[in-house]
Amino acid sequence: MSENVAGRAIDAVWRIESPRLIAGLTRLTRDVGVAEDLAQDALVAALEQWPASGVPANPGAWLMAIAKRRAIDRFRREELGERKRDEFGRAELARSEAAPGFEVSLDDDVGDDLLRLVFIACHPVLSRPARVALTLRLIGGLTTAEIARAYLASEATIAQRIVRAKRTLCEARVPFEMPQGADRAGRLASVLEVLYLIFNEGYCATAGDEWLRPSLCEDALRMGRIVATLMPSEAEVHGLVALLEIQASRTQARLGPNGEPVLLLDQDRSRWNHLLIRRGFEALDRAERLGGTLGPYALQAAIAACHARARIAEDTDWARIAALYDALLEVMPSPIVALNRAVAVGFAYGPPAGLEAVEELRFEKSLEGHYLLASVRGDLLARLGRGAEAAFEFRRAAAATANLREQTLLLDRAKAAGDVDFAARRSTRA
Amino acid sequence: MRFMLLMIPGGYAEAAPGTMPEAAAVAEMMRYNEALGKAGVLLALDGLHPPSMGARVTFAGGKPAITDGPFGEAKEVVGGYWMIQVRSREEALEWAARCPAGEHDTIEVRQVMEFSDFPADVKAAAGTLPDLLAPAAERPNA
Repeated sequence: MSENVAGRAIDAVWRIESPRLIAGLTRLTRDVGVAEDLAQDALVAALEQWPASGVPANPGAWLMAIAKRRAIDRFRREELGERKRDEFGRAELARSEAAPGFEVSLDDDVGDDLLRLVFIACHPVLSRPARVALTLRLIGGLTTAEIARAYLASEATIAQRIVRAKRTLCEARVPFEMPQGADRAGRLASVLEVLYLIFNEGYCATAGDEWLRPSLCEDALRMGRIVATLMPSEAEVHGLVALLEIQASRTQARLGPNGEPVLLLDQDRSRWNHLLIRRGFEALDRAERLGGTLGPYALQAAIAACHARARIAEDTDWARIAALYDALLEVMPSPIVALNRAVAVGFAYGPPAGLEAVEELRFEKSLEGHYLLASVRGDLLARLGRGAEAAFEFRRAAAATANLREQTLLLDRAKAAGDVDFAARRSTRA
Repeated sequence: MRFMLLMIPGGYAEAAPGTMPEAAAVAEMMRYNEALGKAGVLLALDGLHPPSMGARVTFAGGKPAITDGPFGEAKEVVGGYWMIQVRSREEALEWAARCPAGEHDTIEVRQVMEFSDFPADVKAAAGTLPDLLAPAAERPNA
């Protein structure tokens, strides 16, 4: 959309209104692509009329009224009988035309519609990149250009991806409804995964020389909060929001003055955002109060909360963190989780115990050549005073990562570990 | 980016101690707050008692002096705030414009400074300040 002030104001209205608008229109038309086109048409009408008439008192209702009129025109044009869409959408439209107070009833249902739209955007029939792009577009209200910028991709690539995703949904005849029964858990997991992927892309950028894209984190967090209000009794949704709020609270402490990454234990904790930490605690509290076994996101949030509670790194309750990792391994067995557990064990019960836990992962295929394994071993060895071995591991880790900033960090640690060893040997000789 | 929407209610500078908004106005404002919450943009909000219940600390000549409210010279006083997280200044303004405010009210929209906004020398100075924030650890069962 345009770069001028009016254009940005329209972008803002689009961001606020489009998810609800598209959700309501998808219910009427049974096609996300058509719904988005109609919403766009309405926005174009707004672009034409609002500069002269001023922004209406209820922009959402205004846009919906225009979009609905366009929908009816469209149905008429395309000869209703031949459309593949079922009778339902048309009956719904006719009813909405006849019944006064349609906007009100739409408003009541809009939460359900929005949730259905979330589940459609994250549908497993789509590839992960397609789910991410479609979710940012439909639920986050981002423009294609904004998504392209965030993912360092061309606008054409993202536009293409979104078009294909909408076509796939249409061809697969994905119904506009809440997943039920056995399907439900898997579909919800996909929604949470998509939000987590978006957050992580912003938090730990996989490409480029920037380590952090905070606006992407904020988009994920915003959508997570939306889903949490739509599914208030779903513990894992609150768990995910808790995790994201607490991780986001560290954003301002994760980068050094020259843009280099600062690791959790080295961060200046006064720079953590205490408002976000408190929100994270509240979300975690909600997840815990809903009862049942904590899911993977809630457990990770509980671990993040342990760090958030420690005023200085030395105050960290590592024994509790190690226990939480044990629980996490139960629900989400993964070598990376096991590796993180080894780190916690190393802090809770000493480097030899940590090293022992790491050794158990030695023959783990998926960790072979992984920079984290080498980096964790290096750290434990350094704390045991085995500097030369530590330096060797840090260098190995540096060679295994593609992120330039991370490489620099690891090489610095290798140097520091080697120097310590060198100094230690010199002092024993003297 | 975060913005603070500062509500400056008309006539609040002279409001009597204990003045409260009317129930109908509160109900309408709650719907607005709910909309902010549902959109995932609301981080925090609070309302403030009128200045007649507050006080001002001034520093003429470098010495703190306390004056109890109300403050005759002040025309515009803050009555409350919303802290929101949005993608642009325009979005913050759009949200402010949707507030069911009275015709004599004003909302001032101000962006929150982030540490990353500071130039290098300010960052360095901030780094030397002791941590004075209340630790989150004091919260029970969190």
